[in-house]
Amino acid sequence: MMDSVHFLIPGGAGGGWDGTARGTGEALINSGLVGNATYENMSGGGGGVAIANLIENAASNDGTLMVNSTPIVIRALTGEISQSFRDLTMIAGTVGDYAALVVTADSPLASMEDALASYREAPLDFAIGGGSVPGGMDHLVAAIVMQAAGEDPTAFNYIGYDAGGEAMAGLLSGEIDALSTGFSEAVALAEQGEVRILGVTAPDRVPAYADAPTFAEQGIDAQFVNWRGFFAAPGMAQEKVEAYQAMLAAMMETPEWEEVRARMGLVNIYRPGADFVSFLEAQEQQIGDLMRELGFL
Amino acid sequence: MLEGLLLGLAAAVTPFNLVMVVLGCVIGTVIGMLPGLGPMSIIAIMIPVAIGLGDPTAALILLSGVYYGAIFGGSTSSILLNAPGVAGTVATSFDGYPMAQKGQAGKALTIAAIASFAGGTIGAILLMIFAPALSSVALLFHSAEYFALMVVGLSAIAAFAGTGQVAKALMMTILGLIMGTVGEGALSNMPRFTFGLMELQSGFSFITLAMAMFALPEALFLVLNPARGAQSGSGAAIKDLRITKDEARKIAPVIGRQSLQGFFIGVLPGAGATIASFLGYAVERNIAKGEEQAEFGKGSIKGLAAPESANNAACTGSFVPLLTLGIPGSGTTAILLGALIALNVTPGPRLMTDEPDVFWAVIISMYIGNLVLLILNLPLIPYIAKLLTIPRAYLIPFILFFTLMGSYIGQNNATELLILVGFGVVATILRFADYPLAPLLIGFILGTMMEDNFARAMQLYRGFGFILERPMTLALLILAAALVFVPAYRARRARLRQAGVADGD
Repeated sequence: MMDSVHFLIPGGAGGGWDGTARGTGEALINSGLVGNATYENMSGGGGGVAIANLIENAASNDGTLMVNSTPIVIRALTGEISQSFRDLTMIAGTVGDYAALVVTADSPLASMEDALASYREAPLDFAIGGGSVPGGMDHLVAAIVMQAAGEDPTAFNYIGYDAGGEAMAGLLSGEIDALSTGFSEAVALAEQGEVRILGVTAPDRVPAYADAPTFAEQGIDAQFVNWRGFFAAPGMAQEKVEAYQAMLAAMMETPEWEEVRARMGLVNIYRPGADFVSFLEAQEQQIGDLMRELGFL
Repeated sequence: MLEGLLLGLAAAVTPFNLVMVVLGCVIGTVIGMLPGLGPMSIIAIMIPVAIGLGDPTAALILLSGVYYGAIFGGSTSSILLNAPGVAGTVATSFDGYPMAQKGQAGKALTIAAIASFAGGTIGAILLMIFAPALSSVALLFHSAEYFALMVVGLSAIAAFAGTGQVAKALMMTILGLIMGTVGEGALSNMPRFTFGLMELQSGFSFITLAMAMFALPEALFLVLNPARGAQSGSGAAIKDLRITKDEARKIAPVIGRQSLQGFFIGVLPGAGATIASFLGYAVERNIAKGEEQAEFGKGSIKGLAAPESANNAACTGSFVPLLTLGIPGSGTTAILLGALIALNVTPGPRLMTDEPDVFWAVIISMYIGNLVLLILNLPLIPYIAKLLTIPRAYLIPFILFFTLMGSYIGQNNATELLILVGFGVVATILRFADYPLAPLLIGFILGTMMEDNFARAMQLYRGFGFILERPMTLALLILAAALVFVPAYRARRARLRQAGVADGD
């Protein structure tokens, strides 16, 4: 058992990173794997401030785990963050959220095929929205789907909103035709009968909501997972890295973690060390290629 | 509905839940009173506690109590120190602080408490009667209408016409609009006007800016001009809480209008209490007549009552999209949504049928909460107002400490402190030159939303077509034009008449 873990959260209280770090800490303490957990919110520069801090003060950050997710890959590609995941010690990816394309429950579009047919009929009138800027994650997911369906990923009309909630309001008000969003958020609204999930970017149907078809089963090879994982300061001793990995691996087997995971609606994707590196490199390749094609790089 | 009400009453009026209402309101009021500390971070921190309660009804009653309690309490520091407690009460300081300076601190706090109570209670009544029907109202507004609504808000600066400050007010508005463009917008992921500084990538924080414009210059003025503090710090007038019949007659229609308007703006996802308070202030300023309009910004009781009823009503209104659609309209409601889902309650159209006790108990708790807040606050006003009698030597460090802490704690980012002090110095210079600072904040907060929604509307309609294709957009834009030209016309006519009278003499 470790005495304590310090979590560095690159965003403000209440965000996705914050929830992941605090949920992980909660499971670690409740399962007795760690004696105490502390949290530090350090927002700014889309996460860049925290990353720079972790690298600059590597020596004093020996007991720190920084939480991060897919945007670290996207923002390093666009240059919004001057460092990349390679400048940090990679501990492990722990959870992930698939992405989904949804329409309103009363929409005439019953499947991805219908949506594509409607899009082909009048491409400019078919607007897909999302809770991120053009070139952000929700846009990229929609582009991955369109590309896999054999369409030009640069051609569809993407409407960016400030936050997921506003984008959802845009969909329900009929302003946009389809919405690109995280699977866990989509499930909450699908269970309320507000939206229909056209497709999920998972390889197989997700048990949490097995009614939702995958893109793969509709003949569209679009796979994407928004991972969340932990990083440490560069130059951390190998044995310490292994101790953290063992701690997280042990945590993911506990019922305390299962409770947190189910609450957040995420899936376990435990990938330690080298596995995590190759996963991130593959994602960097996928997103980088797409962004070059879309003209964002 | 009656059935639901009884169910809610039964669930809300248990001793435990009543304790939760009071606890939430007290925590909220205290947090709200401290300059710069908003409900968002405290709710995020309290989530494990709320989940630990195990009961979704109690958890939501507690957390929503913190939310509207903070909006209620936020007005105190706006009025007494010119240091807004939360973003939603920035507009409160426009007229609340000048009143306190005139020695009417007690009266200002009383008006704020009554306006808040009315806004919150009227909001709760509307929520109860219309919540299911209102979910469609929340979806009435498209990006085009949001854009037009922001234009209506911006037209507020037209009310400065006739005060001889039109040019200065315009310049400050434009400066605010410019400052709103710093950082990454909803248009692209490319940072704008950040000069390569990573710290500016997420733009300026509204609360930091508000404190730089109001609280810091105020502290500096107190140092530079000792008489200023002494004047407001003496006399029994502070403790005078009474509102005359005449005053009550003046503010009653304002409170009524703004409770309704604020509630409907709160219902719109993405607008919220801050926008509601600014729009409320703007509209009341524009429709006020002659002398009363000139009072605005100098301690008008109407200018105080308007944002105070609007922000509390909007706070209640924001529960409509949250509870009936599962859509969070603001950062704070997004955190509330997370807490609810963690407790296995998924808000949405089925909440009212699946978990009617949660739904109705929360609404009932809002009535109780607002009553608790009024009872809690009214007797305390004489004591709270005494804050102003604290000698300046102690008061100034207190203001500075909380201003600095408030802007740091929101983001945990030390750069905010530099921004705060830098803009604080600029704002002091602007105040010396007699530039009004409120238009800058109005421009800043409305401009960002205006630009994003304009861009979306343009993209959806591939051009300006939305202005003609969407009747509501057109109507709002015409309203904005009327708000600009009517006061200007009125001021011109008044000037001409004055000139005429002078000729006659």
